[in-house]
Amino acid sequence: MTSAPSTTAKNRVQAKNPESESRTMTGAEMVLTALKDHGVEVIFGYPGGAVLPIYDALFKQNSIRHILVRHEQAAVHAAEGYARSTGKIGCVLVTSGPGATNAVTGLVDALMDSIPLICVSGQVPTHLIGNDAFQEADTTGITRPATKHNYLVKNVDRLSEVLHQAITIATTGRPGPVLIDLPKDVQFASGIYTPPQQTPPPNYHPQTEPDPMLIDRALDMLSRAKRPVIYGGGGLINSGPEASKLLAEFVSLTGFPCTLTLMGLGALPQNDPHFIGMLGMHGLYEANLAMHGSDLILSLGARFDDRVTGNVKLFAPTAQKIHVDIDPSSINKNIHVNLAVVGDCTLTLRALIKGWKARKLAADKMAIAAWWQQIEEWRGRKCLNYIGSKEVIKPQYALERLEALTAKKDRYITTEVGQHQMWAAQYLHFNQPHRWMTSGGLGTMGYGLPAAMGVQIAHPDALVIDVAGEASILMNIQEMSTLAQYRLPVKVFILNNQWMGMVRQWQELLHGSRYSESYSEALPDFVKLADAFGATGLRVSDPAKLDETIMRMMEIEGAVIVDVMVDPKENCFPMIPSGAAHNQMLLGAADVANPATTAAGRVLV
Amino acid sequence: MTASPYSINDSATQAIERHTLAIKVDNEPGVLARVIGLFSGRGYNIESLTVSEIDAENHQSRITIVTTGTAMVIEQIKAQLERLIPVHGVRDLTIEGPHVERELALIKVSGVGEKRVESLRIAELFRARVLDAALDSFVFEMTGNTDKLNAFIDLMVPLGLVDVSRTGIVAISRGNKSF
Repeated sequence: MTSAPSTTAKNRVQAKNPESESRTMTGAEMVLTALKDHGVEVIFGYPGGAVLPIYDALFKQNSIRHILVRHEQAAVHAAEGYARSTGKIGCVLVTSGPGATNAVTGLVDALMDSIPLICVSGQVPTHLIGNDAFQEADTTGITRPATKHNYLVKNVDRLSEVLHQAITIATTGRPGPVLIDLPKDVQFASGIYTPPQQTPPPNYHPQTEPDPMLIDRALDMLSRAKRPVIYGGGGLINSGPEASKLLAEFVSLTGFPCTLTLMGLGALPQNDPHFIGMLGMHGLYEANLAMHGSDLILSLGARFDDRVTGNVKLFAPTAQKIHVDIDPSSINKNIHVNLAVVGDCTLTLRALIKGWKARKLAADKMAIAAWWQQIEEWRGRKCLNYIGSKEVIKPQYALERLEALTAKKDRYITTEVGQHQMWAAQYLHFNQPHRWMTSGGLGTMGYGLPAAMGVQIAHPDALVIDVAGEASILMNIQEMSTLAQYRLPVKVFILNNQWMGMVRQWQELLHGSRYSESYSEALPDFVKLADAFGATGLRVSDPAKLDETIMRMMEIEGAVIVDVMVDPKENCFPMIPSGAAHNQMLLGAADVANPATTAAGRVLV
Repeated sequence: MTASPYSINDSATQAIERHTLAIKVDNEPGVLARVIGLFSGRGYNIESLTVSEIDAENHQSRITIVTTGTAMVIEQIKAQLERLIPVHGVRDLTIEGPHVERELALIKVSGVGEKRVESLRIAELFRARVLDAALDSFVFEMTGNTDKLNAFIDLMVPLGLVDVSRTGIVAISRGNKSF
């Protein structure tokens, strides 16, 4: 969590085990002791030669639970799901060489989506490093651009300090993954373990408190706005639940409309009247048009990603922009802003609310009312409407029914990547933060099942659903075995259209419908596959039987794969074609006849 | 009203600028790889790079990088560098007041007779020192700004230039303040 350093420090003190003081132990024991001292309860991993001493130490203790995955990439995604659904740090343990290289995709995923993680990797003994030893890889070299920071610890006396530093770096400022590469001889060596200090690592001072003068300027701009939009992102979630509460307070105080990014969903309740939906490439028409027509954008913990901005030259041409971010490098990266506020979302929102009230500011009521009228007009286009069918299940309908039948449950949703992910973002509703886990920045197919596993470990009694596509799910399908081992009742809801749908959609839009390698050939029978892994498989292709299938899925106590045979031709709309502006959205298949995509737009992914 | 250091007001500027950055870092394994990897990974330019330990007791090194890009890119480079954990500080010497820049080059020229005499005469004019002399070659040492070094090396080409070794630019601000 990126909350104030004071709270983080306080949590650490509370988490600190009083029994733990300076004492001699092996490097392997230090790893587990440090994790325990920082309140870690679960670690996801896979053993191997170079990490055996740590596995031996795990065997001899009871405070940290190890979850054995079936592939190291899944260990990292599971830790991400755990972290994102709890606000705590996620932990991963992998061996050297292939263990570490398999983890790389997960690490980059966590880096892009700012998820706090610690990954401990085994390494060959120090005297063999550089010799092309068995299962040796230059792990710190490979993961340098895949992590927020990484370490190779060659001296056991430095290890406890490095572990504490690594956890601080992973969890504070803009969170991210930190890797510690630990040679086997260092795991065996004895040294002095020192408990966590409250002093942060040298040179590491993320700015969390916003500059009051900038808050004043932001308030001036906000109070003068006639067509404002609040644009919130994943930083609101990372900042902790307090940020979401403050956001709701701020929008109700000002009456401003608020849109959220894919990563920000849940930061403002879906049913809040000020919420105008997700924005971006497959965002809502009203949200994108509001951004395009606004005179002021207040960005909170979002990073003007290319999936949000569309063509940067045409992005929100009439808007003044205020950018609040904890990471200075996010500011002025893609979009020039008029006012940059470096700070944590919670602290910044608190300062904005305090200032708004103290200065007795009021929004321009007439202008805001007119602005809302315009937004309602856009909303009236009902951009999520689709043509229903009695013969075949429309993917949108499947998700509408999933939403309707599960909304009242204690529910967590993860997704894979593709059309189903965008439909899930559009048709499922999130009224709380930490309930929606998806791979936003990296777009990692195969994320959803292991992430759901991590969520279910953290919330054993909750309803955890992985909304999947038939192509994505196969990328980490081996984790069904992990579900079986730990009896995790994850529900895998496959929207099976027998295509890599998003690839095919782009081929239709940009490549003359030449469906190069995008057909999901030779699919397994998902019902039998579920059976083979000790789970229950359900298949439905009749819209009339969809509801009972979803109900059945929830009634079954264990893991379930639901193979929902959906309309194979359906594409994901609305859509901003690449290279186009927010006001050039395609609302449906009929719009595609006149593709707005230019040659320049075609090279964008 | 003071703007945030991260606020760039002039959005029209797309001109490519050349900036000299000074970076203080912990002298630890991999630190140079982090800095260089950042430049190559994000597609930034390195025109010149020098690095050496400047404080053995505190394990600190100073990296001087000359880079080019639009004002927005240069801002990004600074912000990205500051995100690296072993980086203590980044200063853009080009915009933060006056500074001096120097580069050292070792230049080997081989020749006999008139060409040999001419290379020595020009070296004296440029205040280059002779580090090594043989009957048919010289090694000159020259310190100066990049333009001066370039001019001298250009003159040596027809006179028998064999090899050049240059340090790249080192820079420091004028006046009494740090950096």
